[in-house]
Parts: sequence; C-alpha cells; structure tokens
Amino acid sequence: MEVGTPAFTYPEPSPWPARLWRTGILLGTLLIAIPVLVVVASLLAGYSPAWQHLLSTVISDYVFNSIVLMLGVGLGTFSLGVSAAWLTAMCEFPGRRFFSWALLLPMAMPAYIMAYTYTGMLDYAGPVQTLLRDTFGWGFGDYWFPEIRSLGGAICMLSLVLYPYVYLLVRVAFLEQSTAVLEASRNLGKTPWQTLFLVGLPLARPAIAAGVSLALMETLADYGTVAYFGVSTFTTGIFRTWYGLGELQTAAQLAAFLLLFVFTLLILERRSRQRLRFHKTAVRDFPTRISLRGWRAALGFSVALMILLAGFLFPAAQLAVWGAANYLQIFDVRFLQLVSNSFMLAALASFCCLLLALLFGYGKRLYPGPAETAAVRVAGMGYAVPGTVIAVGVLIPFAWFDNTVDSLLRETLGISSGLLLSGTLIALVFAYVVRFLAVSLQTVESGLARIRPGIDESARSLGHSPLSILRRIHLPMLRGSVLTALLLVFVDVLKELPTTLILRPFNFNTLAVRAHELASDERLADAALPALAIVLIGLLPVILMSRSMPGPQESA
Amino acid sequence: MNSQLELQQVSIKYGEFTAVDAVTLTLEKGQIGCLLGPSGCGKTTLLRAIAGFEPITAGSIALRGTVISTPRRQLPPEQRKVGMVFQDFALFPHLDVRRNVGFGLSQLPPGKRRQRVEEMLDLVALAPYAGAFPHELSGGQQQRVALARALAPNPEILLLDEPFSSLDSELRTQLATEVRDLLKQNGVTAILVTHDQNEAFAMADQVSLLNHGRVAQSDTPYNLYHNPGNEFVAEFIGDGNMITVTVNAAGEMSDGLGVLDQGHPRWRAGEPMRLLVRPDDVIHDDSSDLQLRVVGKAFRGAHNLYDLLLPDGQHVPCLTPSHVDVALGSHLPVRFHLQHVVVFSANQG
Amino acid sequence: MNRIRHWPMIRILTLLAMLLPALVACSKSETVNIYSARQESLIKPLLDRFTSETGIEVNLVTGAGDALLARLSSEGRNSPADLLLTSDAGNLYRAQEAGVLQPAISAELEAAVPEHLRSPEGYWYGLSLRARVIVYARDRVNPDQLSSYQALAEPQWEGRICVRSSANIYNQSLVAGMLASEGVEATDQWLQGFVGNFARPPQGGDRDQIKAVAAGQCDVALVNSYYLGAMLQSPEPEERAAATRVELFWPNQEGRGTHVNISGAGVTQAAKHPEQARRLIEFLLREESQRWYAESNNEYPVRPGVAPSELLLSWGSFKADMINVSELGRLNAAAVMAMDRANWK
Repeated sequence: MEVGTPAFTYPEPSPWPARLWRTGILLGTLLIAIPVLVVVASLLAGYSPAWQHLLSTVISDYVFNSIVLMLGVGLGTFSLGVSAAWLTAMCEFPGRRFFSWALLLPMAMPAYIMAYTYTGMLDYAGPVQTLLRDTFGWGFGDYWFPEIRSLGGAICMLSLVLYPYVYLLVRVAFLEQSTAVLEASRNLGKTPWQTLFLVGLPLARPAIAAGVSLALMETLADYGTVAYFGVSTFTTGIFRTWYGLGELQTAAQLAAFLLLFVFTLLILERRSRQRLRFHKTAVRDFPTRISLRGWRAALGFSVALMILLAGFLFPAAQLAVWGAANYLQIFDVRFLQLVSNSFMLAALASFCCLLLALLFGYGKRLYPGPAETAAVRVAGMGYAVPGTVIAVGVLIPFAWFDNTVDSLLRETLGISSGLLLSGTLIALVFAYVVRFLAVSLQTVESGLARIRPGIDESARSLGHSPLSILRRIHLPMLRGSVLTALLLVFVDVLKELPTTLILRPFNFNTLAVRAHELASDERLADAALPALAIVLIGLLPVILMSRSMPGPQESA
Repeated sequence: MNSQLELQQVSIKYGEFTAVDAVTLTLEKGQIGCLLGPSGCGKTTLLRAIAGFEPITAGSIALRGTVISTPRRQLPPEQRKVGMVFQDFALFPHLDVRRNVGFGLSQLPPGKRRQRVEEMLDLVALAPYAGAFPHELSGGQQQRVALARALAPNPEILLLDEPFSSLDSELRTQLATEVRDLLKQNGVTAILVTHDQNEAFAMADQVSLLNHGRVAQSDTPYNLYHNPGNEFVAEFIGDGNMITVTVNAAGEMSDGLGVLDQGHPRWRAGEPMRLLVRPDDVIHDDSSDLQLRVVGKAFRGAHNLYDLLLPDGQHVPCLTPSHVDVALGSHLPVRFHLQHVVVFSANQG
Repeated sequence: MNRIRHWPMIRILTLLAMLLPALVACSKSETVNIYSARQESLIKPLLDRFTSETGIEVNLVTGAGDALLARLSSEGRNSPADLLLTSDAGNLYRAQEAGVLQPAISAELEAAVPEHLRSPEGYWYGLSLRARVIVYARDRVNPDQLSSYQALAEPQWEGRICVRSSANIYNQSLVAGMLASEGVEATDQWLQGFVGNFARPPQGGDRDQIKAVAAGQCDVALVNSYYLGAMLQSPEPEERAAATRVELFWPNQEGRGTHVNISGAGVTQAAKHPEQARRLIEFLLREESQRWYAESNNEYPVRPGVAPSELLLSWGSFKADMINVSELGRLNAAAVMAMDRANWK
C-alpha cells in the first residue's frame, strides 16, 4: 500500500448517535415502565384501614406461602431445566434429538389448565385414587396419597410448566461453553458429574439466573393455579383485597411491595456476580457429548421421558380425553377466528418485545451508564406483576391520555375524539410488551453477554456503526437467543389471560379467554379443546425453532 | 524398566478418514517430547487421545506400564493422572487463580491443598495474583496459571497443546525456555504439541515430526535438522530448498555444489539426486567465481536472506550478514559449504 | 442472514394490515356495547336473538367483574360501554357506588323483577337467580340432621364439611347475607364453628366439593345449585355418577330462607345508547329469555311466574332469603374480613 495518500478521511466525531441511543433507551423504557410506575405510585397514596386488617390476619400467611412457593418452584425449575439441558446438550443417548425440542412442550400449557388436568387425575375423586380404593378396598383416611391441591401441588404444577425457561436458556449456554474448559476439569480428575457441578453450572450461571428469575416472576404473577388449589399467596391476596374488600388502592399497594421485593432480589443476584465474566470462551469446534451406554443410556432416556410425560404427555392426554367427547360442537368458524386472533396477537407482541429488547439490551451494552441500566431494569419489571394489575396500570394512563385529548378538543374545537387508544389492540399489545418484555430482554441480554466485547471493538475498528454491527454481527451470533425470545413471548402471549380479558376490544376473543371462561365455570370437558389448541399453536414455533436450534449438530 | 509413556501402533480413524496412523512412540521419565507438524497432521488428536478425550481405533497407550487406552477400553480422562495445558488455557472464568490451581486437588485435605497451591503459585511466580480472576491477568500470567493448575496434582505426564500460540512471539521463546527449565528442574515428563519448530527446539529433548497422521521422524532436534530422514522432514525443518543434482564418478556434484563422499549410502554415480541446501550452506565469498543472480531478498535485522538462482534455474537460499547488501537482479559471489550433505534419491516421494 | 433481516418486517406489516378491521369497530348508531362479567356462552345466544329481533347490534367484552368496573371507571365519560352485566350483586352495588351507572326506569322492568332483586333506585336489575345450597352424601347423611347454614357449625359435623376457598364470591356473599341477618358477633361465632368442621383445607371449585362428597372425603358441602344440575347433565359419565350419589338440601327453610344472589345488569352513566341498553334489559327479562337463561345454566328466573327447568322443578320449590341483594354488596368487605378472622383460607 502506498503511504501518503490516506485511505479515508477522519470525519468530525459527532455526538448524536450516542445521544440518540441514550435518549431512545430512556424514553422507551419510561414509556414501558409507566404501568409499573402507576402501580408503584400507589405507595404514595393513603393507606386505608384495610391494611390494619391485612397485617393482623392474613399477610403473614401470604408472605410465607409465596416464599415457600418461590423456593420450591426455584428448586423445581432449576433441577428439571438444568438436567434436561445437560442431558440434551452434553450427553448422547437414544432419542436425544427428539427430546431436545420435545422438552420445550410443557411451556405451551397454561399452568392453571395443567392444574385442572392433574387434579382430574390425582384428586381423591379422580381415577387414580378411585382405582386404588377399588383395588385394595380402602376407604377415606385408610391410606396416604399426596394431596394435589396443596402448596406442594402448586409447586409441582408451576415447576412443570415453567422449567422450559431454564431449559432453553441453559441449554444454549451449555452448547456455547468452551469444550476445553470442561475437558480441563476432566483432565484435573473430575468426573463428568463433578464437572457439571463445578464448571458447567457455574459457567451457565447467567443463563440459570435469567431462566429461574423468569420462572419465579411468573410464579409470583400466577393466580389461576394457586387460587384453584386454595393456596393463599401474595397474589391471591392482591385479588382478595381488590375483589373481596373492594380496595383497588390497597391491592395496588400490595402489588407495589411485590414489585419492590422482586426488584431487590434481581439486584442482589446481579451484584453477587459483578466481578465475574462469562463471555463465550471459544467456539466449540467439535461437539464432544458424553456417550451414554447401557444402563446410563436407559437412565438418561427415562429421565427425559419422565419430564416429558409429567410436563406434557399426561396433561395433554387428559385434555384429549376430555376434548374427544365434544370436539364437533366447538370446532367451527368461530373457533378458527379464535385461533387466528391468538396467533396474530402472539406474533405481533413477540416481535414488538424482540425489537425493544434488542434496542434496550444492545443500547445498554453500548452505553452502560447507571441511568440506562436502571431504566432497562425497571422496564422489565412488568413480568412479576399479576396480569390484571398491569392491565389496570395500562388502563389508567391510556384512559387519562384519551380523556385529556378529548376534553381539549371539546373545549377548543367543540368535537369529541372519544377514546383513541383505550379498548384497542394497541393498548392490548402495549400491555403485553409491558408484561413480557422481561422475557425477551433476559434472553437477548444473556445472549449478548456471551459475545465478547472484543468483537464489537474489532467490528467498529473496521468502520462499522453500532447499528451495522448489530445487524451484521450480533444478530447472526444471537440467532439462537433471538429465536428463543420470540418463542417464549409468543407462547406466553398465547397463554395470557387476565390482561387480554380486561383490555381487549369488543367482540374479540382468544383461545385463552375461551378456555378460561369454560374452565372457570368448571366445564373442563369444554375447556379442553381451546386449551389443546393453545398447546398445538405453541408447538408450531417450538418445532420451527428446533430446526434452527443453536448447537454444532443441529445447525447443519 | 518401563518407559513413562508408550504408544504402540496407535491409530485414530473417523469413518474413512485416518487422523492418526500407526504411531509408535516412547518417552522416558523426565524427558520432554514434542509432536511437531503442520496443522491437520494429527498431532492434537494424538495428544487428546493420550489425555483420554479421543478414543483410539487401533494400538495401545500405556503410562508407566499401565495400559490406559485400547480400542476396547478407555480409562476416563479423570482417572489418567495426565495433566494438560490447553491451547487457550481453558482457565475457569468463575474461579480466582487460587481456586483454579487448587481445582484438581480436592482429594487432598484442606491444609495440604492450600500448601500445594501456595507452592505452585510460588513456582510460577504468581503468588501476588492468587485472588485475581483470569480475565484480570495478562496472557503470559494466564499461561502460567494454566501450567500451575496442570502441574498441581503431580501428573505422571504433562501435555501442552500449543501452549504458546496465543502469546506474542517475543514472549513465546522466552516462556518456552522458562517452561522447559521449570519442567526440567521438577523432573516433569511432558509432551508439547506445536507447529512452531523454534518452540519445539527450545523445549523438547525429542521431537516427533508428524505428517498425515504418521511419524515422519522421531529424533533429537539436532538430528532432525541436520540428518532429516526424508524429504518432508528436510523441507519442514529449518529454511532450505531441495534441489536436484547429479553426481559424477568422482563424487562431484553438478553446479559446483561440492563433493559427495563415496561412502554415502545414497551415492549412485550419474543418477540425479535430491539435495538439501540450507541458507547457511551457501556462504557469501567475494573471492568466489560463482556468481548467482539475486531474485529475492528478505531483511532480517542482523542477516539478509537471499533467494539465488542457479544456472539451471533452481533456487537456493543464502544467509549473509546484513551489511552484504546486493540489489535484486544483480549477482552475489558465493561458495557452497555443505557441512552435512543430505541427499535423497530423486525418485523418492 | 437475509431471512432474519427481511422476514420480520414483512410479517409485521402483514399483521398490522390484519389489525385494521379490528380497530374500526362499532360505530353504528343502533348498537349496545356490553361489559359483561357473565361469560359469553351464557349470554351470547340471547344477545343474538335480540339483534335479530330488533336490529340492534350488540358488542361484547367479557371479563372479571371488578376488572371491568375498573375499566369503566377509568374510561370515564368516554367509555363506550352502555351496559354493565355482572354475575354478582356485589359488583353492581360497587358500580352504583362508584357512580358509573345511571337509573333506568320503566314499568316493565319494575314488574318483571321483584323488589329485593333490584336496586331500589333502578340503577340495576337482577336477571337470574342462584341459590347456595347444601349437598349431602345420600348413604351417610340423614337429611333430618340438616337444617340451616348455622347448624353446620355444630360439633356433629366435625371433619365432615367440604367448601371452596373464601376467596370465592359465592362464599363471601353467603357470609355477607349472614352478617345482614345475624350481625357481626353471631356470624363470627358461627364461622369459628363452621371453619373448625372442615374436612380438608378449602380448595377447588364447587364441582370438586360435590365430587369429594360423592367419593367419601366429606359428607356435606356448600355449593351453588346449578353446579349440581350441570354435573347431572355432564357429558362425562364420572361426573354424572358422582352427582347421583349426592342429594340437594334447601337450608334455612324454617327461618330467613336459602341464600340467593343474582346476575344482573345496569345502564352505564356514560352510555351513548341508554335507550337501547334499557330495551336489552327488558328483552332479557321477557319470559322466553328468562326460561332460556334458567335452562342454559340451571339457574332460577327472577321473573315471577316463569317456571324453572324440569330438573330444577324436581328439586322442589324453596323459600329464598328476601333481603335486598344490594345488602350483599354493601357487606362484602365485612364478610371477607370476618372470614379472614376465622382463618377460612
């Protein structure tokens, strides 16, 4: 190359891209955070006498049950999700490829539907116990059988439905772990199992933390399962306070405390691993799965099969049995309308969530200021709030906006604009974003965290703008995370109920709404078909994703 | 008396592809061996087979007389007492230096473990960094942590997989010598895998040059350089060109390249032969009548490396002090001084 | 790469295009917009009939009563809802208190709904009636032992009662009715004994209580009568079998009568079509509608003189608590607190 003729000229460094990113993040997160802030703002309002009642009677019960539920579901999702991920990512056994996507299926099952199916099977009056009684001639009280409608039962149900969050994220983390680091551990005298606990798991910690915290946030927001099982948690308490005592304000205050609690937990978790770095250490050049032989293969297969049976096949079979009786009555044009409504909403919301998650997650990577970080954190808090509460948090500002515009127009022009946004799909999709942004954000962020900063730097030194790096480098590298984020939100929206119920436009139904209406009237047989349809539509992206799941073998 | 490491006819195949082909090697206690070769020659695969990460399809591997690998039975890596330093060090990012080094010592009681870790950290002069995390260390420091970690459990043999490749070249030679001294002082038996012969020569007592999965030659560095067993070795090791010459009945080679002793096993009068010419075999001599045209030139600080054209169109290299400065296209007076005449018959591979 | 780059954009545009028809909804003049806490399948056929008879379009959103009320309140005067339909008197009472309803008065309405099943000022009207009854195991309980809700607090029922959680509105309303007639002290005392007699922690829905009685886990349960009806007509043989093992008992026939609650409707304050909304209520109170209402969900018609279904007739007639149902709404919070004090989960 000739020296002396500059290959390019240096432009004046312009500050606007940075400002644009930062302003974009702050404004975007602020908008998303409004409903959460509305809920938190309730803390500033007065405290009604109902508080006295709550504190002296039920609140300790709520707190205790919620904490036990969190610990239980945390442990459950962790052990189910990690063992499923370890088996399918790091071991080779008959059926591994099938299980690697099939183990995602329980995700498509709404938790309360799962609760109904298991109750149907395992309840005192259900077929299993009836068979036992008939076989052995037992009566009530003659034998012990685990009570399904209990705190323990709720832990099992939620763990079975929520472990795929952990599974998905941890599996990707395992697949992306450097083989050399794992081999180093073997080489230093550690068995494969010791290696899992000493190296594999600690290295997958960001993914585990992300997965488990998603599962726990969803646990805290769950109402249907615990209400059906008669377990009074903080969330049932919120609704009891609202519906029973008629104290929306106090209910919002309870929700705000729940939020602060979750926020604190998340911050503590992040603090505790501040000094560690978990970048993808090396590209796995060759997959070295542990080949399971003989009884080990049988064990691996059985573990995977049992998770699949318990998390999907049993409940789905129960639904199919219920649904088989009356599928002709329900399957008509209106049913197709439900399917298309559900699909459209889920697809739209998952894309919106993904775009925002990329914007926020990536912006935070570019400009990791404290304000940006905090803002992004707050924007992801909607996931821990029960859907109905978030819905009220959306209702209030939207209605305020609409009414203010309307009043303004009436005063100045003498015309009425009515409600512009309230009661539209825009409000509904916005609420979904508020509620599920955390899911895509966690996924995208844990994906971004595994990409070394050196890659950004090398790309920028080659003259690429941040956006171009995002498009040409991060997105391809994040492909797995992006698909995961889409899938998780898609399935979540598909199952979503309370937000949809309260915010939807006139005459707009989804599968989840239909399933819930029937189930809430205890018409389980009728609820089975829409519930199955949710599961089937949830299958589509799961299968789609299984074909492009990250991993050396699958990527071919 | 058994050798420390003994490889008997080891082959590793992936379907139709043979990565390692009937390799036989022995290494005595305290020796440092080296698997040298171009990328894809099977050297890393062989190393991983010794560590137990790669099953072998034929032959056997024995460590101190105990068979650890046969096609039927592979001792799992964790039971082999084989230490390994990985190419990118593979330090555990979630553990600090102390816990990285102590990772393989869990069978020791805590007191002894701590003592051993201190010992190892002193050995690699990293005691002040005991609490640091890997990403907080420089490349050279990371390398020493990896070494200390691998040596801590006192392995029967230490495997080093391109241990210097991620370091800058300055550091590389320096570290190679340091590591050799350290291993020698502690009587460690080791195998180094590298594609860099300077590293191999700096570290190893015995170098096995691999080509397409086979051992091309296994010897001391000196012999590899000066007495290569075949043309591949001759060309891979050091700078040098193979040229075709003929020898007359008196043993004189064409082009005035000198005399081939009649006792040389390959001597055949009148037949073309392949001769290895190394840069230091061609000496700049102003008094010489032999003037060769300069067609290439590389400045190497203290030296110039010239590419010279023989009258018959073949190229030979020539190393001169850097003040011998001749322009491309002009002629350089030289004479041949082949200290070790290396020839192969021309029809040999 | 290309796929990732272009696919979402095309998709999103397509989806947005699909959204538009949904956004442009309900602008005809002859419409009624309903926020309904009564689920769609239990109201839609009647609404369709209303539309075909009157030509008035009906738009529907269903959801939880309090959530719909929150939506109605926050939307204020611009709310599109003309009619609030709830499955409980408590919600109607709260809606009236919140000022989001307006009175709708006509002779027809007053004639159709007995006084205790509507708001005294005409803010809302009951549409159907449900009763909370005792079911008992045919083989283990002699109906002579049964008399009233109060009697279930007696020691003879220890470990024999199944009932669902106190989070449920049916139980809250039952206790509110108790508070209205007996006062706080007596109610607290009753709750102590009653909760102490539970066979298991409260759980599941009303059908689950019936199944538990049938399976022998407990001997009596408190349920809404229509769940028993639904089980007797269930497509599932097990449910039918369970339902036939139990018997229905009308409590408090000697005293104030069996506790009843209503589903009902009121015209909203913000209604753009109050006239049409009132006509819809009137329509729902007509005899055929009342009959359908009662039959489809095994509830009782509010309109006097409309015969209930055959199944309901087979349970015999009963004396209902004549207290105005708005009292139930007024005392709901007090009832929840009382249940909290008694540790009714």
